[in-house]
Amino acid sequence: MKNKWNLVTLLESKMIGTNVMALVFDAPWWPGHTPGQYIDIRLTAANGYQAERSYSVASTIEEEGRIELGIELLEEGEVSPYLFALEPGAQIEVRGPLGGHFLWDIATPGPLVLIGGGSGVVPLMSMVRHHKLHLSDDSEREVFFLISAKTIGHVLYKDELEKFSRDDVNFHLALTLTEEAPIGWTGYARRADEVMINELFGELHDKRPLFYVCGSNSFVETLSGILVAAGFNPKSIKTERFG
Amino acid sequence: MIINDGFIPKRQVNPKVPPGQYVVNDFPVLSLGPTPDISINDWKLEIAGLVEAPQVFTWTEFERLPRVEMKTDIHCVTKWSKLDTLWGGVSMDFLIEQVIVSESATHLIAHSYDGYSTNLPIEDVRGGKAMIATSFEKEPISTPHGGPARLFVPHLYFWKSAKWLSKLEFVNGDIPGFWEVRGYHNYGDPWKEQRYLDD
Repeated sequence: MKNKWNLVTLLESKMIGTNVMALVFDAPWWPGHTPGQYIDIRLTAANGYQAERSYSVASTIEEEGRIELGIELLEEGEVSPYLFALEPGAQIEVRGPLGGHFLWDIATPGPLVLIGGGSGVVPLMSMVRHHKLHLSDDSEREVFFLISAKTIGHVLYKDELEKFSRDDVNFHLALTLTEEAPIGWTGYARRADEVMINELFGELHDKRPLFYVCGSNSFVETLSGILVAAGFNPKSIKTERFG
Repeated sequence: MIINDGFIPKRQVNPKVPPGQYVVNDFPVLSLGPTPDISINDWKLEIAGLVEAPQVFTWTEFERLPRVEMKTDIHCVTKWSKLDTLWGGVSMDFLIEQVIVSESATHLIAHSYDGYSTNLPIEDVRGGKAMIATSFEKEPISTPHGGPARLFVPHLYFWKSAKWLSKLEFVNGDIPGFWEVRGYHNYGDPWKEQRYLDD
């Protein structure tokens, strides 16, 4: 039953960008999920107080019995600092998979366009990894991934994504850095705008692309608005907003 | 249930906050796609289904209807709650009386301009529990938060308070809406933590 709380055990955790940590849990009971879904975490204090939060799943469905979450540290937060300090072997309660709209798998036709702001990259990573594991069946699909981050250090899963980009001519990675770009930077260095969207995705108008936009409320509001203004069908744009 | 060693609460238990929720001071947004652009000049609200006097209101007509205010807490299924929010609009009791809803109607289906829908038992929109809201904190509701007009049913999780309202349809029998067919609870009582399908 997906609504039941289950225990997961931390296998490893590692930083995947400034203030963002990937936590990999052993979850033998995990029924599998659709890329884009999330889980709920529940922490219980000694006095019985409980806190719940939702986190997106970064792992793909093929990793049976194992889930990877990407969690951003909120310094004043109640739950994320505790999760950052967890040691391997620690157990927490989770339930899921959850979410029934911000979903994508290789059965979905058409080019895939992923647009992630900051930690909004996490659920999109599950989609990319799923596609990559099925590349032999899914080699014709064009995948576009635009990531907006404050600095290069804030680009999550950068090495993995750059490898995908090198290995696959149909995988198009674009980065834009909004606060600080390194010397010699050849990517974008501004907030995403309509010019950028047209440069990157303009060729897709006749190809029925599907868009997945994830990030902060203002990022998603802005980017989904730009896509509509650029002439893409609102029904082809799915959004997930963090906070 | 397990105790998470070393987990120290940073928040106080607040009897106004349902289980699993936490209080925010900002106003997050939950939506499934882009925010629709609805001009007040084109805006219409249709009230139809099992009613004796179906109506279609223009914005000007709707603005002339008697207004009520509700100051209350709202609870989003994504776990934030916002306390003491002030909303203004037209009471559902008034609208139900205006269109003369049939006794055979059991549910209200709220439809939105973006294709969204959600379902509620009629008793949940009667008795001062619900309105069509057009103002938040005395200002017009901003578009990301559902303006020009949204349903406001604060005793249920806030996805029941459909944004960008286009049509109210009174029906006999339940018709699960957008989230209700996508794994979320059919009723959505925050105090019973009815978030997902089998909660």
